Amino acid sequence: MKETHSKTAESHGILVVTPDKAGKTNCWSCGDMRAAQFCQHCGKVQPPAPVDYFAFFGLPYKLNIEASKLESEFYELSRHLHPDINAIKSEREQQWALEQSSHLNDAYRTLKDPIARTEYLLRLQGVQLEEQSKTATEEARRTGKIKKQVVPPDLLEEVFELNMQMEEARMNKKMGEPDRTLERQLQDARKHMQAKHDALMQELGAARNEWDALVDRAGQGQNVLEEDRLAVRDRMVDILNRRNYLRNLLRDIDEVLEG
Amino acid sequence: MPNQRIVGIDLGTTNSLVAYMEGDRPVVIPGEDGLNLVPSVVALDESGQIVVGNAARKYLIETPERAVYSVKRLMGRDVADIRNELKLFPFRLAEDLAPGEVLRIRLGDKTYTPPEISAFILRQLKRNAERYFAAPVSKAVITVPAYFNDAQRQATKDAGRIAGLEVLRLVNEPTAASLAYGLDQKQSETVAVYDLGGGTFDISILKLHEGIFEVIATNGDTHLGGDDIDNLLIAIALDDIQGDLAIDVRRNSGIVQTVRKAVIEAKIALSANEQTTLDVELPGGKRYQRVITREQFQQLIQPVIDRTVGPVKQALKDAGLKPKDIDEAALVGGSTRIPRVRALVEELFERKPHSDLNPDEVVALGAAVQANILAGGSEATKEMLLLDVTPLSLGIESLGGGVVKIIHRNSTIPASANEHFTTGVEGQTNVAIHVVQGERELAKDCRSLARFDLKGIPPMPAGLPRIEVKFLIDANGILHVSARELRSGKVSEIEVQPSYGLTDEQVENMILESFDYAEEDFRQRQVIEARNEAETMLTALEKGRKNPGWQQLSSQERSTIDKQEAALRAVMKDDGYQAMRSAIDALNQGTMRLAELMMDSAVSSALKGKDMATADVGEGPASPHPIAQAEIK
Repeated sequence: MKETHSKTAESHGILVVTPDKAGKTNCWSCGDMRAAQFCQHCGKVQPPAPVDYFAFFGLPYKLNIEASKLESEFYELSRHLHPDINAIKSEREQQWALEQSSHLNDAYRTLKDPIARTEYLLRLQGVQLEEQSKTATEEARRTGKIKKQVVPPDLLEEVFELNMQMEEARMNKKMGEPDRTLERQLQDARKHMQAKHDALMQELGAARNEWDALVDRAGQGQNVLEEDRLAVRDRMVDILNRRNYLRNLLRDIDEVLEG
Repeated sequence: MPNQRIVGIDLGTTNSLVAYMEGDRPVVIPGEDGLNLVPSVVALDESGQIVVGNAARKYLIETPERAVYSVKRLMGRDVADIRNELKLFPFRLAEDLAPGEVLRIRLGDKTYTPPEISAFILRQLKRNAERYFAAPVSKAVITVPAYFNDAQRQATKDAGRIAGLEVLRLVNEPTAASLAYGLDQKQSETVAVYDLGGGTFDISILKLHEGIFEVIATNGDTHLGGDDIDNLLIAIALDDIQGDLAIDVRRNSGIVQTVRKAVIEAKIALSANEQTTLDVELPGGKRYQRVITREQFQQLIQPVIDRTVGPVKQALKDAGLKPKDIDEAALVGGSTRIPRVRALVEELFERKPHSDLNPDEVVALGAAVQANILAGGSEATKEMLLLDVTPLSLGIESLGGGVVKIIHRNSTIPASANEHFTTGVEGQTNVAIHVVQGERELAKDCRSLARFDLKGIPPMPAGLPRIEVKFLIDANGILHVSARELRSGKVSEIEVQPSYGLTDEQVENMILESFDYAEEDFRQRQVIEARNEAETMLTALEKGRKNPGWQQLSSQERSTIDKQEAALRAVMKDDGYQAMRSAIDALNQGTMRLAELMMDSAVSSALKGKDMATADVGEGPASPHPIAQAEIK
């Protein structure tokens, strides 16, 4: 008898996952039923199953995760899945250990970082986040293409002014005539943007809590309105896009000030 | 045999070592000369034989065109990479190198690639271990600088294969050192390992928690070490001498090597003394002497050791830590014996660094610990597990020459990334992908790892195919790539063209070419095993003489045995396998009846009521006719 389990967040909107590890099947080696990534009976590594990062850790699709718990779970799974532990096993088991432990490491890296975790869950929910990476910015600068980057409307005026100041500061640096007043202005602007950034993070925290509350309600079998789910989801997308924009801006200011 | 002997090897720029976990302690295995360090020097002697280690050192001065050192600097690199090295090191490259070809170095009239030269060193270490165990060794853990890139790691693995070693794991040197340091460490703490060796610098920051050694960040410079300090001093001495002798001493590699030797001695002396005299004997009975104070030396080397500051700060930043968050700073590598280096580490981490273990040996000891973990662990290592990271980001070249990073540096390995690609033209059946490693924004500034072609894409309108490419960095820090087309589900054929390094075929050929050496190894192994067998037999014979059975033999039988024993003892001293084998067989034959009598007396004493288990039948393999060790394949 195999247990059934939910596989992806996408297929269910908000997901309810049983708290124990997803993907349990019979152990290929000893036939025991308690096998997920490794068999809890005989310890052997199991063939990898295509599960998302939350399911891999047997976690519900919630955005508040206790870091210390996640870490000890990561260590525990590493002790069974790492290639070093399986170095003298059969070739097949070594291959599984390699795939399982790379999946474990990828999952842990994503889930331990609150922002990466949120972005990952949103992606599971079918959302495409804007490409705001430094690489994309550089790429756009180089190729002359206009990067799809929406300046948050409330920042439009301020950012326009700031970009002019940064350009001027760059020129000054190049000429070897740094302008102290301008630098001070940039530092003030940086402080202001940092405050906005911190406020956004507060907002994101609140949205996360709301999301988790919805997941809990769904878990208790209560009805969750689709529009409520989408509202929280879209709010988080908006916050993240604005936050990424601000983060890039802060990095650019730092570059001008330090470089 | 369940006990797989896996050795740990530190393949260093200046010295190499092999170590093994004996019980719950790692120990370095000495060479035949009784020394732990095998200098990483390879020479070709007059008769065309390869000489390694201390024995090869004299060739550096006598026939420098037949010797090579610091070859680790050339691993996984090409001519363009090492243009600067060539100004400082007397590497003699083959003249017929094609662009993009793996370097070849001239030794006398022959040429060898860096992995082949490293393989000679590994083979020597393998031989030392086999001599020590009196048994063959075929599996090893080899350490590499943490900041080694994919090509440098691959080259090291190739060297192992050429030397007849299955490389079970490449371990980063500072991480290995932390294993040796952390063997008795039970509490949780954050450790920084500062590893300044002969040719490379690494900094790693680790979190130790209940036996888990988790690397949080690593950084370094694969071309920074004691060699660079030597070169500064050599340049000064050569300038002096040149002015004195009015000849171009830089072209005289004999003089350069004599100076190098003197400079290294002076450098070492300055770690203990306030001043020393650089003393070089020159051809024609002349002598060059110069007093160097520690103060002068420190001023001279400051720019070199300051180059370690950037990587240390970056590693701390990547780890999200401040110097005060570090509980311990450990020193690794011979160059950390320099007092100024110690002072710098103390400044950087705001605490006195640790140096309880010999900085020359600690990496090899750690490799032995890791080897023990891979072999299934023991009481001392059963809770230990190493979680290491990739030192450099992995990226793909995008349109316009930029880099899209897909696996970031300091990601715990194994790590993977799935990327989707599509076509740009209708009916396109190939997509070319260029994989690079490094932190720079432009592909041309990063290290090119491989270019490959996704082939056999079903013809479709542009942009429709979805090709998923999986990039996986394994626990050795080496990249693997696989791909499939999602719409057709077809596993794409990938042709990976490594940008640098040997192809599998080339490595296979080198293994075949090294067959001569393998034969020599086999011969030595036979001798070792025969000598071992003879010793076991002689011990058993001692015992047999005290057994009542001995008295039951005729005096002729006894004198035959005595003669056979003397004959065996005589041939054991030499390395002749055949002579030893026949002497062993003869003694075996001669003691046959003694063995039977001993067995009888054991049985009869058992019948007299003694417990068979305590009856003196000799102790298994210690009785005559020991069961031959079942290790020869």
